[in-house]
Amino acid sequence: MNYQYIAQRLLLAVIVILGVTFVVFMIMQIVPGDPARVVLGPYASDESVQGLRERLGLNRPFIEQYISWLGNAIRGDFGQSLLNGQDVAPQLISRMGPSFELAMVSLLFGLAIAFPVGMISALKPGSAIDVVATLFSQIGVSVPSFWMGILLIIFLSLHLNLFPPSGYTPIWENVSDWFHHIFLPAFTAGFVSASIQTRFIRSAMLDVLNANYVQTARAKGLAERAVVLNHALRNALINIVTIIGLQITALFSGVVIVEVVFSWPGLGRLALNAVEERDYPLLQGTVFVVAVMVTMVNLFVDLLYFLLDPRIEYA
Amino acid sequence: MDLQDRSAGRQAYMDDSLGPANTLWRDALRRLLRHRLAMFGAVVLTLVAIMGVFGTAIAPYDPNGMDFANRFASPSFAHWMGTDDFGRDIFSRIIVGARVSLLSGVVAVSVATAVGTSLGLIAGYSTRLTDEVIMRAMDVLYAFPAILLAIAVLAALGKGIENAMIAIGVVYIPIFARIARAAVLGIRNEEFIIAARALGAGNIRILATHVLPNVLSPIIVEITLSLAFAILAEAALSFFGLGTQPPDPSWGRMLSEGRDFFRQSGWMGVFPGLAIFFTVMGFNFLGDGLRDALDPKLRR
Repeated sequence: MNYQYIAQRLLLAVIVILGVTFVVFMIMQIVPGDPARVVLGPYASDESVQGLRERLGLNRPFIEQYISWLGNAIRGDFGQSLLNGQDVAPQLISRMGPSFELAMVSLLFGLAIAFPVGMISALKPGSAIDVVATLFSQIGVSVPSFWMGILLIIFLSLHLNLFPPSGYTPIWENVSDWFHHIFLPAFTAGFVSASIQTRFIRSAMLDVLNANYVQTARAKGLAERAVVLNHALRNALINIVTIIGLQITALFSGVVIVEVVFSWPGLGRLALNAVEERDYPLLQGTVFVVAVMVTMVNLFVDLLYFLLDPRIEYA
Repeated sequence: MDLQDRSAGRQAYMDDSLGPANTLWRDALRRLLRHRLAMFGAVVLTLVAIMGVFGTAIAPYDPNGMDFANRFASPSFAHWMGTDDFGRDIFSRIIVGARVSLLSGVVAVSVATAVGTSLGLIAGYSTRLTDEVIMRAMDVLYAFPAILLAIAVLAALGKGIENAMIAIGVVYIPIFARIARAAVLGIRNEEFIIAARALGAGNIRILATHVLPNVLSPIIVEITLSLAFAILAEAALSFFGLGTQPPDPSWGRMLSEGRDFFRQSGWMGVFPGLAIFFTVMGFNFLGDGLRDALDPKLRR
């Protein structure tokens, strides 16, 4: 196993997390209006605003504030919400699970659609299935996920009563109820990512199917099934995993949007509330957690390469 | 050689140098015109552009005119797409909303193209350290969910459509930086660049007159495809209430305003979404067509 590569990926992950939190911390510095004034309201005296600024550490230099925030964040202390004074960390923890579940189930739904469709259309290029799959992937990327969510709610929830239009049940309380609630949001986010993945899976498979070693395998007289499964698919998987890796960030974007449509109690909705209420300890905490989550999933996908292709040597 | 001879020679040189380039673009145009989906996209976008330019002049009703006697009217000859909770004509609002969508797409992508391409050209053409610093910063921006980054930028700038355009533009900077850099790396050691440098051309001149024209095609394709994503992003931000503010119509905002009434008036949730869908599809089809036309090697 190439430890240098793993160390390099870990270092990059840390840089990304530091970079994103730094950028967001910097953005928050140019927020118009004084956070202390937001907390105390427009009628507070200048002395009490100054006092609170001192207490929140807002008078310190920017870099000092960032380092102290980062140090606390690493220890799990994200400060208090400006609006209700509650600790930010418990709010983040309670939202992490639902967001992560939604992202993963969406990814699975997306792959469950994209994998068979992309494979079949690559195996039968030019066929009716291929035309439909290509059209699906071209049309699918144009569907606004929040609109698709709305349509599903109108038809499947409000008219046919098949799924609840909103809400969440933890998986350990009742699995079938959990699935009932997660189905529509995950399908919505998964559908859009499936349309992108279908295109890549198709072209990754087409590339491999035309490669010399696949022709050789056929010439040896291997059954088509064996050629596809043992020779082509294994090699195409490397490209497919790359695409899934690139899709993870976009998938989390989709999840944020879908959370709002389906009132899903996740981090995306929390971030939106934080912006609306100008509660930036809450926003900074949310950004940190999402950055860590996205980076970790990306790192996991990166490391999957080793399992798929032992030939890969990274400099 | 007298002056006239020299100018004739120069003209011949220019004709000669313009010839192949002209054919290249003409070939690309011919391939684009034969691309059915791209042409479908172009027709859709022309219609949307007409709606955006003429807006209120061609809308059958005042887009903000309320008619309480006609609230929640279902689609009919009088109101093709029905009316909303204030009795406003949805079709008129969709026509006028086209301007916001197109404008925000164009502004956002212009910001991203100008800043991203410049950064990419600089990164690809300068020292390793500058390249590393710029591209690692781009990696950081790129590694974060786009919509959440746009929300964070909007937290700083404040709600509103102008700020939403900037926020979306910021989010797409890394994509253009990567494309421009990759294209520069592909040609920076070509003979014509070395020749230009040997003739004493400065870095900025080389970038502007020799490198940029050669990286235009991937950037044109990316601009078209990014317009699709920018329009989607604007609609999403307006849906969240962070973009266009009431009472101005915008497709995303119309969807969020109609949310409470979808049970009895489903059309309020269908038509604005269709408008977004067709516009985004138009840009996607045109972008795909442009890619096939400008780089036939990539075609599958």
